[in-house]
Amino acid sequence: MRILCAVKRVVDYAAKIRVNAAQTNVDTSSVKMSMNPFCEIALEEALRLKEAGIATEVVAVTVGPDAAKDTLRTAMAMGADHAVHVVHESAGAGAGALPPLAVARVLSAVVDHAGPFGMVLAGKQAIDGDNNQTGQMLAALRGWPQATFASSVSVTDGGTHAVVTREVDAGLETVKVPLPAVVTTDLRLNEPRYAKLPMILKARKREIETLSAETLNVKDHVDRDQGKLHVRKVSEPPARAGGVKTKDMDEFINMLREKGVL
Amino acid sequence: MDPAALAEFREAVRDFASRVVAPHAVAIDENNSFPSDVNLWKEMGDMGLHGVTVPDEYGGLDMGYEAHVVAMEELSRASASVALSYGAHSNLCINQIVRNGNPDQKALLVPPLVSGDHVGALAMSEPNAGSDVVSMKCRADATNVRGEAGYVINGNKMWITNGPTAQTLVVYAKTDVENNRITAFLIDKDMEGFRTAQKLDKLGMRGSDTCELVFEDCFVPADRVLGEVHGGVYVLMSGLDLERLVLSGGPIGIMQACLDVTLPYVRERKQFGKPIGEMQLVQAKLADMFMKTNSARAYSASIAKQFDTMKQAGGDLVAMGRKLRKDCAASILFSSEHATQCALDAVQLLGGNGYVNEYPTGRLLRDAKLYEIGAGTQEIRRILIGRELVRD
Repeated sequence: MRILCAVKRVVDYAAKIRVNAAQTNVDTSSVKMSMNPFCEIALEEALRLKEAGIATEVVAVTVGPDAAKDTLRTAMAMGADHAVHVVHESAGAGAGALPPLAVARVLSAVVDHAGPFGMVLAGKQAIDGDNNQTGQMLAALRGWPQATFASSVSVTDGGTHAVVTREVDAGLETVKVPLPAVVTTDLRLNEPRYAKLPMILKARKREIETLSAETLNVKDHVDRDQGKLHVRKVSEPPARAGGVKTKDMDEFINMLREKGVL
Repeated sequence: MDPAALAEFREAVRDFASRVVAPHAVAIDENNSFPSDVNLWKEMGDMGLHGVTVPDEYGGLDMGYEAHVVAMEELSRASASVALSYGAHSNLCINQIVRNGNPDQKALLVPPLVSGDHVGALAMSEPNAGSDVVSMKCRADATNVRGEAGYVINGNKMWITNGPTAQTLVVYAKTDVENNRITAFLIDKDMEGFRTAQKLDKLGMRGSDTCELVFEDCFVPADRVLGEVHGGVYVLMSGLDLERLVLSGGPIGIMQACLDVTLPYVRERKQFGKPIGEMQLVQAKLADMFMKTNSARAYSASIAKQFDTMKQAGGDLVAMGRKLRKDCAASILFSSEHATQCALDAVQLLGGNGYVNEYPTGRLLRDAKLYEIGAGTQEIRRILIGRELVRD
C-alpha cells in the first residue's frame, strides 16, 4: 500500500505573531516557518506504517509557494520516499489564501496523478487557518470514507481496512473503514521523530516533483473555489481586561449575583 | 558552504541542543558528571554530530570546519561542558585520526567513535609540561615482546578531557629523548599498563570529565603509531591550528548563552518604574555583548571558510594551517577573552540574581574562564601570534 501524506508550511507554533497593518493576515515576512505540527504527526504515522511493513512507499505532498519546498525537505529528512510540490502562490492562511475546498481539489488531482494510494494521511487542521476541512472535503470529492481526529490507526483484514480510534467530545470512538480512505490525525496519535543531520543533508540533494494547478488540469476549479471564501478581516484577540479586587467575601458574592453567575 | 544549507544545519543543531542537551546543563554542573539516565554521547552520535568533518565512508557527514564551529557553538550555548567534551572527542581525537591515520586504523577506530559508542580523547599536557609541551617526560621506547614489535610507554598525562570515559586516546610521547622527537600513539583504554587516576574537581566545565593518565610499562603495538614515527610534532602542531579554530565555537556559544539569559531578564526586570533594559548604561553593556559575540562569530567563520574552500580544492590542510596559524590562535584568543567579559557582564546585569546559582550566569562565567586556559593559555596564544607577525 502506498500512502500520500499532505504537509503544510505554517508559521512555527512557538513564533510570536502580529497581525499585518492591512489586517488581512498575520505578518509572515520575518517569522520562522515550520511544518504544521498535525502534519508532522500524520507523516510520523505514515512512516511507522512503512516501518511496520504495511506501507510500501510514503509520498509527501504540499501546496504552496516556492518556500514550501523547505517543508518537503523536512518531510524527506524525516523519511518520506518522494516529494510532490504543487506550486501555488496563494497557499497559507488569511485573505486570498487557498480555501480548504481548493486544496482538497488539488490533493485529489495529485491522488490521480501519482496514485494509486491506499490511504491519504493529513493533519486534522493547520495551525494557521485552523480550518479543519481539507481532509473531509478530499474524502467527499473522491467518494472515500473518512476517519478524522485519529488517536490510533491500525491496518487490518490483510490491508483492506483501517481501524481508527477518534477523539470526539464524548470520549473515544472506534471506526472501521475500507481502504482507500482519508485519515486525519489528532495531537495524541504519536510523537513525531526529529530529523537527523545525515538525512537533512541528503534531503537537500533529493529531487522534488514540481506540479501546478495547470499541469494537474484543475486550475479553473481552483480559481472558482478560491472566489468562494473571503477573509474580511484579521485582528488580534482583545487584550485581557484587568480584574477587580473585592473588599470581602460578601462583596464578592454580591458581584457574582449581579453578573448572574450565582 | 552554501549559506542556506549552513543555516539549516545550525537550526537542526540548535533544536537538538535545546531539546536533548540543555535540560541537563544544570544537573551536569551540580553533579560534576554527565547524566546517567540518558547517554548523551549516543544521542549526539545518532544525530550525526560526531562526524562533521569525517568522510562518508567512516559514517561522517563530510562537511567542513565552518559547520564544525557552528556545531560547537550551538552545543556550547546549551551546555558548555558537554560541548567541551564533544570538541575533545570530535575534533581533538576523531579529526586527528581521520587526518593522520592509515586506512586500517581509520576503519577500525573511527566508526565507533562517530556513532558515540566509543568516547575519544587526546593527551598532550603533563604535570610539568603544559604550555611548554615539547618538554614532555612521557616516553615510548621501541621494544619487541614475544616477536611483536612495538613500544613501551611510561609517564603521566594531566588535565585530559574525557580521560575517565575515553576508549580511544591519541597520546603523544617522546620516542627520541635526545633530539626531542615525539610520536603520536593510538591507545586503547584496555591496554595493559594504562590506567586513569583521579577525576579532577574543576572550577567550571564540570561534568566534562578531566583526569590524569598513567602509563606504567604500557605495551603498544607498532601498528598503533599515528602518522610517522618521530613525526608527532607535525601531527600535534597541525592539529592544534584546527583545534583552536573549532574550539573557538565554544566561547562564542557561551557569549550567545549570556545574551539568551540577559535579554529576556532586562525586558522583564523593573526598577524606577521601567524595565532596566530601557536604561542606557544597561543598553551599553548589551551593545558590547552583542558586538563581541558577532565579531567573534564572524572571525571564526571567515577562517573556517578558508580551510573549507582549500580542502574542497584538494589543497594541503597543513600548509593552510601554517598560513592561518596566527588567525586560528587569534580567533580563540578573541572569543575566549570576550566570553569571560560577556559572562561577567551577564552576572552584573542580573545583579543580585546573577550572583545566585538559581540563575545560569555563574556557571557561564566559570565555564567561560576555561577557554582562557585550556587548549593553550591566552599568554601562549599572544606569544604565538606576536612571533608570527614579526617573522612574516
